[in-house]
Amino acid sequence: MIDTPHDNGHSQPKTFDVRILRQDEPGEASYWERHRLAHEPDMNITSVLQRIAAQAQTADGQKVAPVAYDANCLEEVCGSCTMVINGRTRQGCSALVDKLLAENPGEIEIRPMSKFPVVRDLVVNRRRLFRALEKVQAWNPIDGYYDAGPGPRQSQQDQERAYPLSQCMSCGCCLEACPQYGKVELARRPGESDAAFKARENADYDRSFVGAHAISQTILYNTNPIGKQTAGERLDALMAEGGIQICGNAQNCVVVCPKSIPLTTSIGLAGRATTLRVIKKWFDR
Amino acid sequence: MAKQRVMVIGGGLAGLAAAMKLAELEVDVDLMSLTPVKRSHSVCAQGGINSVNAVTRQQGDREWLHLDDTVYGGDFLQHQPPVKEMVEWGPKIIDLMDRLGVPFNRTAEGFRDQRRFGGTLFKRTAFAGATTGQQLLYALDDQVRRWEVAGRVKKYDYWDYLGPILDAGGTCRGCVGQDLVTMEIRAFPCDALIVASGGCGLIYGRSTMSMVCTGSAASRTYQAGAKYGNAEFIQVHPTAIPGADKLRLMSESARGEGGRVWVPRKPQDPRDPKSIPEAERYYFLEERYPKYGNLVPRDIATREIFNVCTVEGLSVERERLAVYLDLTHIPRETLDHKLGGILEIYEKFQGVDPREVPMKIFPAVHYSMGGLWVDYERSASGGLVVGSPRNQRTNLPGLYAIGECDYQYHGANRLGANSLLSCIFSGLIVAPGVQTLLRSLQGGSAADQPSALFESARAKHQAEHDQLLRRTGPGENPYLLHQQLGNVMTKTATVVRHNDALEAAYGEVSELAVRAQRCSLSDSGTWTNQNVVFTKSLLDMFPLAKAILKGARLRDECRGAHFKPAFALPGVDAADPAERRRLAVEWCDRFEVETKRWLKSTIATCLPDGEPELSYEEVDTSLVPPRPRLYGLVGGELIEEVWKQRQAARAAAPEHGNGDAAAKAQPAGARN
Repeated sequence: MIDTPHDNGHSQPKTFDVRILRQDEPGEASYWERHRLAHEPDMNITSVLQRIAAQAQTADGQKVAPVAYDANCLEEVCGSCTMVINGRTRQGCSALVDKLLAENPGEIEIRPMSKFPVVRDLVVNRRRLFRALEKVQAWNPIDGYYDAGPGPRQSQQDQERAYPLSQCMSCGCCLEACPQYGKVELARRPGESDAAFKARENADYDRSFVGAHAISQTILYNTNPIGKQTAGERLDALMAEGGIQICGNAQNCVVVCPKSIPLTTSIGLAGRATTLRVIKKWFDR
Repeated sequence: MAKQRVMVIGGGLAGLAAAMKLAELEVDVDLMSLTPVKRSHSVCAQGGINSVNAVTRQQGDREWLHLDDTVYGGDFLQHQPPVKEMVEWGPKIIDLMDRLGVPFNRTAEGFRDQRRFGGTLFKRTAFAGATTGQQLLYALDDQVRRWEVAGRVKKYDYWDYLGPILDAGGTCRGCVGQDLVTMEIRAFPCDALIVASGGCGLIYGRSTMSMVCTGSAASRTYQAGAKYGNAEFIQVHPTAIPGADKLRLMSESARGEGGRVWVPRKPQDPRDPKSIPEAERYYFLEERYPKYGNLVPRDIATREIFNVCTVEGLSVERERLAVYLDLTHIPRETLDHKLGGILEIYEKFQGVDPREVPMKIFPAVHYSMGGLWVDYERSASGGLVVGSPRNQRTNLPGLYAIGECDYQYHGANRLGANSLLSCIFSGLIVAPGVQTLLRSLQGGSAADQPSALFESARAKHQAEHDQLLRRTGPGENPYLLHQQLGNVMTKTATVVRHNDALEAAYGEVSELAVRAQRCSLSDSGTWTNQNVVFTKSLLDMFPLAKAILKGARLRDECRGAHFKPAFALPGVDAADPAERRRLAVEWCDRFEVETKRWLKSTIATCLPDGEPELSYEEVDTSLVPPRPRLYGLVGGELIEEVWKQRQAARAAAPEHGNGDAAAKAQPAGARN
């Protein structure tokens, strides 16, 4: 609780600049803004954005509204604060200022993710990511929530295969880095109801690429002893429009995943399983 | 006639468990959350979830002992029937989560593995790596998504709950919410409102809690007339990693897996910790608490670490207070297998590998044991009547609270790995009770209430919002006021509490509350205005902060997380055996007096000016009679002996001793 500043032995600049790509509303033009901050030990991008909100003025002294950003756990387990920092998509909480300044002395650059519609500044709308989880039915189809005894026994090896996939926090880094994942942005029509807009949005999302995270979640549930009972339906979803066939095998996803999830392994497994399913369906005709 | 609906505020473990269970019971659910629910604070829970299990059962464990550990750990301040019901559901809840696909760690034979946590001698804690909360939350999130596709659940992500809507009779008929993107304020009629909004750690500035844990939803409910229980009981976690923006948790599981806490015997010994020989290390928890060692309950571990650094001056660094939490004696593969997730956090944020170098840690505010007062219906066997609409209901009809924001399960101190259990349990138990309530309405629905009820509530919040947006002139900076509030609260209302400091703090907080009324906004926009949302949550921190401080000021005793040195019962230490015995008898006399006076929950009611009015509620301790909490106290064994003899003598002469017990066997006084 008591956290007095301490000297970590390295000499650090007294101040540093942060350049942020801002946007006031969806559909409006974005613009760069420069902020100057006093250097403190152990700073991360979250504390940078907190300081910017508190001082509310740019490097040249102009009064501005605080930069809007998403953040919650600050431990890199919730996925909220994903943004593009010094050109790389990652979480703001675990992006440490001293490391960033070592990469690029004097200045840090922050942009919102480019594959999702900007809501404001660094806040983006990632609902498409959760829609993809609906599409692939990423859940165990259990009978109900009354007591029915334990689940099936599982080997340590199976748990160790499942656990890394289950750490996916739906942050969207894999999608930001994917050349096949394009931005889908819809504007609401005048007078359109919430439900109608959402339905139109879902239809567009479903036509577009589901992305590595959803493919990996398909594998997670398809290899679960209960989840595998509906494995076929998930594979069908992966073979529909916007499915696994769009993956161009660039393998960027696995490189940028902050949780080191073996996404390309999941994609490989899903590719094989969908092919087998096509063949099986052909023979079953 | 409109269909009945239930609104759940918050999508952590409790809110999602409630939504999922209600959906199964064919109730339509709206789920409002500040953040997409998958990003809720429950993801931060690391260590595990407790229940009696097949192995511990064969070692003599049973649900009764889990109840006993929980109420003893909580210093008997919680009503026992809800705890009894919870621990009985424990094994079933873990089975359910297993079926939902949570990747619990496995034994070589394929069973769920368990580890040991603080405050118990059994390995009761099931875990999924070091991200158990995340794994449990994801499994529930996936189920709720299933219901969303089925049309049973409707989510309102990025919505802020502004308060309940009460009719003239005080019954809750809905709530008001604000869209954090468009800033639209809307009234939501609902037939039951379930607040599942988590803890209030941000009142302390930095804590182990997430950014959404401002306590604003609980505070808004409290300010609308709901009672708030045991506000002063705030758990300070013994082991956190100090940071500029947050104090990151280092799970108790690090000690559960064999981590040892120590400081060099020589103050601020500059040597590399690994080169300091065993004899020159002070394993102070192991030395002082040989039975529990590094796994003493949290309040005790916290106080010892705090003391060793402040009073004894043995902090490993001079400028920054910290002790070593050492895992370096454990094989790397074991650590990666069982603690991988949390060790990565340390490595990522501190840039040091804890498998090679002892971690530096210090206590941090972690959990609110107190929260919205909730009711329950006691069954004949001492548990709960499942399906009773009183379970988890606040004093306002139709308004429920579950999870960390209720005061029900943890008394004066929570045991590790009991929170995930209480969150899921309270979410599951509230559902059948709410279903009973809905059935009792005989088809009536809140949406059939006069529209003026909803419109006037909406208009009131709209006016407050608009008024805030107009404050753009020179004034106070909400972010800086928040830091000041956090500093005052952290300094006075955490590990060690003194009456003079608490009184001074109350004055300072009152002054900050007045200044906060003059907050100036740097953003007067009407689109994704985080500035105004933060300012509102700051304003709502003050009523809870005052309830915490006043509760702490008036409670002149030590109980669980509430430690006042001026009122501590000293240990029994005398060379002469007869004198020692006399002191032990005296200790037990004093303990009985203190128990009679203070074994009561503090209940705060919010007055219109935001000041708390306190009253006290008897605690139902009819299942496990209160006894001295003696972890590591000098002379504790003798005190225990005297205490047991006294209890035995009373049992043999019922006309003398059992008056209290009989009175306590009644459901608590505040209930009807």
